[in-house]
Amino acid sequence: MTPTRRSLLTASVGATLMPALPRLGRAQAANTIRIGVLNDQSGAYRDISGPYGIECTRQAVQEFGDKGFAVEVIAADHQNKPDVGANIARQWYDQGVDLIIDVPTSSVGLAVNNVAREKNKAYINTGSATSDLTGAQCSPTTIHWMYDTYMLAKSTGGAMVKAGGDSWFFITADYAFGHALERDTTNFIRAAGGRVNGSVKYPFPATSDFSSFLLQAQASRAKVIGFANAGADTINSIKQAAEFGVTRGGVKLAALLMFLPDVHAIGLRTAQGLVLTESFYWDLNDRTRAVSERLRPRLKDVRPNMASIANYSCTLHYLKAVADMGVAASKASGVEVINRMKAMPCDDDAFGAGTIRADGRKLCPSYLFEVKSPAESKGPWDYYKLLQTTPATEAFRPMNEGGCSLVRS
Amino acid sequence: MDDIFGIPAPLLFGQLLLGLINGAFYAMMSLGLAVIFGLLNIINFTHGAQFMMGAFAAWMLLEWAGLNYWWALVLVPIIIGFTGVVLERLMISRLYKLDHLYGLLLTFGLGLIIEGVFRNQFGSSGLPYRIPAELQGAWDLGFMFLPIYRGWVVIAALVLCLATWLIIEKTRLGAYLRAATENAPLVQAFGVNVPRMVTLTYGFGVALAAIGGVLAAPIYSVNPQMGTNLIIVVFAVVVIGGMGSILGSIITGFGLGIVEGLTKVFYPEASATVIFVIMAIVLLARPAGLFGRA
Repeated sequence: MTPTRRSLLTASVGATLMPALPRLGRAQAANTIRIGVLNDQSGAYRDISGPYGIECTRQAVQEFGDKGFAVEVIAADHQNKPDVGANIARQWYDQGVDLIIDVPTSSVGLAVNNVAREKNKAYINTGSATSDLTGAQCSPTTIHWMYDTYMLAKSTGGAMVKAGGDSWFFITADYAFGHALERDTTNFIRAAGGRVNGSVKYPFPATSDFSSFLLQAQASRAKVIGFANAGADTINSIKQAAEFGVTRGGVKLAALLMFLPDVHAIGLRTAQGLVLTESFYWDLNDRTRAVSERLRPRLKDVRPNMASIANYSCTLHYLKAVADMGVAASKASGVEVINRMKAMPCDDDAFGAGTIRADGRKLCPSYLFEVKSPAESKGPWDYYKLLQTTPATEAFRPMNEGGCSLVRS
Repeated sequence: MDDIFGIPAPLLFGQLLLGLINGAFYAMMSLGLAVIFGLLNIINFTHGAQFMMGAFAAWMLLEWAGLNYWWALVLVPIIIGFTGVVLERLMISRLYKLDHLYGLLLTFGLGLIIEGVFRNQFGSSGLPYRIPAELQGAWDLGFMFLPIYRGWVVIAALVLCLATWLIIEKTRLGAYLRAATENAPLVQAFGVNVPRMVTLTYGFGVALAAIGGVLAAPIYSVNPQMGTNLIIVVFAVVVIGGMGSILGSIITGFGLGIVEGLTKVFYPEASATVIFVIMAIVLLARPAGLFGRA
């Protein structure tokens, strides 16, 4: 990852030798699958996937083993900026990258979605949440592998309404993701007979003080404050809500998208009792424990969450499809390799058995967790207890409601 | 309850108070920048990173040495101020004869490097730092619930700002400083060691940023990008107040905190941009800033 003197030297020697050995280079490239991990390496979403997402991808390549072709993993930082992300994607696809994965930040995720479609290259999004990736903006070259705003709204939002939280106030990150999450959650609240008292949209990623918005939420007299944000923003929101005593008087906090490292950063004293939705927890069953144990040398003190380990899961499935249809054919057409992936059943230790729908939606169960109290936790990363499971078939938006053009035709 | 511009009065008072709290950080940070610019003519873009280092140093003292918040408040400015002194001696002092731009580039680059090193080491989610036991809890003001710690931040910032202003405007040392700003060779001719004074001034400006970091640690999570979020706004505050104006940066810091707080009520989407809009207007009307001398 970090360039050392040696790697820089090797790279420069390699660069000078390149023109002299064009045939060798090309012959190798023809039999090498190149996977680009494009995510946030430096901002609010780094700890959710970032360097850990890259390591999870490498682990999948290692476990897949040698099936007669080489696999190369490269990575870049899109800085949560759609223009930066789209430029890197364009450059990568032009230079022979066969698959781009990860891509958190919905605005960037949607931008790369367009580039992949235009270039007929495979794209598996594991990091963005907007449900538009399999709805209005669905594409034959794209699979949306992990959580989306509909699934989060249904699981966390639905559970909060059922528990009596029938009036809401949203604190929303002002970009594609926040808007989609607020929209999808609002639909569930209204359908259940609840109402939305108001919302604020704050500038992303330039906000670190949420106290002003929390006070507005409190003044609205809503029973639930919904945080339609993620990463460092959610961490700050929840810490400051505790500081300002927002939950005195029975107001509930709904962290609509929250990951294990967020809970780790907030600490159990403040985070205890929060409910949240993930599709993966390292301590869920024997298979999740096994894969987390195998990842330990790579991730060191950190445990995987649904976003980082989704890279592992989708890379394995992609490589199986490539082995099945041949390297040349999978390089030739993004649509073909994505179609092959949709036709094959998936199975891995992280998410178990699953399928991929025609609109590009990967199906897996969603789990509603409650954060343990410090007394219940046996140590670092022992944070969740399972409240309820939504089966894969019910977790996501029904295909005919998304408005995806691939389904209608 | 009475409404003011369609906003309930209690909510508005709450927002004014919150604006004042954020303004306290702006004031403290821009004060350090103004002091450094006034004497060194260097636009210290490392300031954000030094603020962040202050917060991390407080965290390290607690986690690794068991020294609590109050110790951090005393030790951190000394430690981080000393790193500032070393930095000034080794690097910045070589740039005084060159254009402003070189100092800006050097400090900006250093800021990026420091931030990157901390991010590699500690990640981006941030580390928790507890509010000290003495300052936990909150006052119920009727119109809002004010955490005691935030009140403490405003008071501490006001005291620091006033003390700095007094030192620079009312003491002999301050008089030397101001004289050296005007005409360094002449002051040196009177037997004052100007290079040493310049070095210590930089250290002092950095120490102010570090105290800001310690004060911020329990409020925001201690994370590598906490300074970056602040430095651009603070830079705008300094420009609006007038580069190098001590009083200007204090008043503008608190004032803009309040303006930003109100924007969060009336049009939250613009809360990150409002300060820059004001900066543009001020630059058009008074290019030297509100309190600057043209």
